[in-house]
Amino acid sequence: MSKRTVELSVATPGTDAQGNPLRVPIPASPADVDPELGGEHLLINLGPQHPATHGVLRLVVELEGETVVRVIPHVGYLHSGFEKLGEYRHYNQIVPLTDRTDYLAPMSNNVGVVLAAEKLMGIEITPRCQVLRVIACEMSRIISHMVWLGTTSIDLGAFTPFLWAFQQRERIYNLQEMWTGARLTTSLTRVGGLMADVPDKFVTDLRHFTETYPDTLDEIDRVLTRNGVWVGRTQNIGVLTAEEAINYSLSGPMLRASGVPWDLRKDKPYLGYETYDFDVPVGEHGDVYDRYLVRLEECYQSNKILKQALDRLPQGPINVDDPRVILPPKSHAMNDMEAMIYHFKQVMEGVKAPVGEAYAGIENPKGELGNYFVSDGTAKPVRWRIRPPAFINLASISKMAEGHLLSDLIAINASVDIVMGEVDR
Amino acid sequence: MKHLQTVDGSDSWLTTKAQSLFEWVIKTTRLDKAVNLSRANSLWPMPFGTACCAIEFMATAASRFDLARFGMERQAFSPRQSDVLICAGRLPFKLAPVIRRIYDQMPQPKWVISMGACASTGGIFDNYAMVQGIDTVVPVDVYVPGCPPRPEGLLYGILMLHKKIKGEDLFDSSLRDEHLLNDKGLRLDPETIDEISEPFGNSVHQFRSA
Amino acid sequence: MNPSANALQATFGNAIGRVVDARGETIVYVAPAKVRDVLAWLKNTAGQDYNYLVDVTAVEYRDRERPLEVVWNLRSLSSRQDLRIKVELDPRGELVVPSVVDLWAGANWLEREVYDMFGVTFTGHPDLRRILMWETYAEGYPLRKDFPLRGRYSRSEQVRQALNVNPEGHYSMEELAIADAYDELPRDMRDRLARGERDKIPNSE
Repeated sequence: MSKRTVELSVATPGTDAQGNPLRVPIPASPADVDPELGGEHLLINLGPQHPATHGVLRLVVELEGETVVRVIPHVGYLHSGFEKLGEYRHYNQIVPLTDRTDYLAPMSNNVGVVLAAEKLMGIEITPRCQVLRVIACEMSRIISHMVWLGTTSIDLGAFTPFLWAFQQRERIYNLQEMWTGARLTTSLTRVGGLMADVPDKFVTDLRHFTETYPDTLDEIDRVLTRNGVWVGRTQNIGVLTAEEAINYSLSGPMLRASGVPWDLRKDKPYLGYETYDFDVPVGEHGDVYDRYLVRLEECYQSNKILKQALDRLPQGPINVDDPRVILPPKSHAMNDMEAMIYHFKQVMEGVKAPVGEAYAGIENPKGELGNYFVSDGTAKPVRWRIRPPAFINLASISKMAEGHLLSDLIAINASVDIVMGEVDR
Repeated sequence: MKHLQTVDGSDSWLTTKAQSLFEWVIKTTRLDKAVNLSRANSLWPMPFGTACCAIEFMATAASRFDLARFGMERQAFSPRQSDVLICAGRLPFKLAPVIRRIYDQMPQPKWVISMGACASTGGIFDNYAMVQGIDTVVPVDVYVPGCPPRPEGLLYGILMLHKKIKGEDLFDSSLRDEHLLNDKGLRLDPETIDEISEPFGNSVHQFRSA
Repeated sequence: MNPSANALQATFGNAIGRVVDARGETIVYVAPAKVRDVLAWLKNTAGQDYNYLVDVTAVEYRDRERPLEVVWNLRSLSSRQDLRIKVELDPRGELVVPSVVDLWAGANWLEREVYDMFGVTFTGHPDLRRILMWETYAEGYPLRKDFPLRGRYSRSEQVRQALNVNPEGHYSMEELAIADAYDELPRDMRDRLARGERDKIPNSE
């Protein structure tokens, strides 16, 4: 049997100057340590069916005692062939598919895909449609962050914020149902407009929501932000510096928590975001705690944007006035020959896009959601590529978790805010 | 039942009483009822949540719709301690061996609820990556349609399962049969799987690329 | 038009093919042999600073005569400029391009996905294996145009193949730290790994 010197040490929550976890050696005399002890790494498997992996994610973790030496995520357990399906669907038929990718923020996905299609076809939407899409995006941001908050607190041991967060989600679900008819799979947008206009009750109910929602956020803030357990479990965990975050192509709150002040709504504005008054929270340390603070503050800011959007909601049509792109109203289609022909062509053949390609990125709650369409002149795209923020953010988990404890790995995994529908598409 | 007979060949008072007690307890299904009631009213779900339906399942478990009133708030994340596997969400082929293994790990009596269109038939995903209904992989008791089903819909499905359980015969061992994979490595015949996975409906447009 | 396109043409001359400027986006076609130099130049040169890789993907057209394109979407955060670099490959030939994982770490999983969906090999990638489908997936590369929507095999065959995959079987060389511990592995495991049988778990003795 070969002799091996074994140094036993345990990781502590503190960090040294380089940001590595401080390890404290365990003093032991060579006589009483079995040479086999401490030499073997344990390989454990978390998932794909696991309560803390936020979906069907599989983490293969190499452990030295309780410390993570390496973690390798396996994805693809929810791969549904979206991009292949998109090549067999008209542009408007792709919109229901996008509900199912990031199912926590469906309206935001719907907006993202039609922005790319409209860029490809060169369509300018109406002012009312712009403001309504901003409302849709910010509502989606709120519900996505509420799921994130609820599930992260469950992972770290606090059950009650989950119930509070989901109660707020129910209020937004009521609004989504009022607008689109569906709680979750909204299919809100169409190329050139929206599926339907908001009913009057929607505006009053949403205004009431924006007035009472910050109270729940304050409650959650009071319970978590200065809570010893919460802070102890999230500070200095999963640190990524700004350079690393940029190199790993992170986006959204993951990028901003590491100190990079990049937000597509401010830096590459779309849907008139440059005209709204809101702040973008940027973190400092790039740890789990900063990501929590960034997301919590984003909820407050989304509320602020919703109030402004409701105030400035203009009257007017929601759909562009182009019968080749938008279905004419049934009354016209049944009475006017030309409208009937337009209706027929759109339903049977779809709207043909010009040859070319277009990429449109939006600030999804998870990060930069990009839709890339390549068209060959037909009504179905040649290639539909979804640039998935959660997929790219998740790849950094192997970097973030090295040297941390197994329970920290759960916190880090929660902080990435993944939704497997988007990771795997 | 062995009859004690009196001297003149008729049944003794004791045996007739014992026989009618036996009949009263078991054959009028009082024991059945008690067991089925306790099974149905505290089904511990194994939430095999994959996609959007899992979010609606979570919403059903949350305060507004509340699964706790049906005794289901204790969600078993270990299949060894669960009663009903609720497959909430779509099942790609990569996940098929996983659900099969989870199903095999569950002890009898067990039931399966297929929640949503994707779990029941493959849903909108009729492509290379998606299992066209989990009943090709595990046996299903209740199918809940919807995309996603509303929480009320899921609750209706759960109540339907309750009804099914309450109608079960306690001594019917065929209900508790393990449906293992056959020698072809499948649960059903290949012809049956192909038949139930076929697309239906008139539209061929959905398979034409431009 | 993104000024980087002119700078590229000035620096790399013939290696730069056509430049397309449409819908506010700049697309530069680059010769496959020089694409690695072009991408490194774009990242490392002061004044270009394309430090953010937005996306790596591939496009295959329905017209069989058109080439298969591999697309890199780059972004310079400081100047807020986006640039798209494309390389054209013969769809019927070998699909090989260099990997950029050492330039942008985010390319790791993105390149694995392009390999999985299109069969494009990225030379220099540390761990090029399938990511969305399982590693022993035998039907082909799903996003190619000659791959039918519902897959090549019948549904029962697809179910059978899926169920036969051992859910625990997918460990890569990296995960098992083979390189570190090779000498200490049992003989039969070393033989198996040498034969490339990574997904078979042997019966316990």
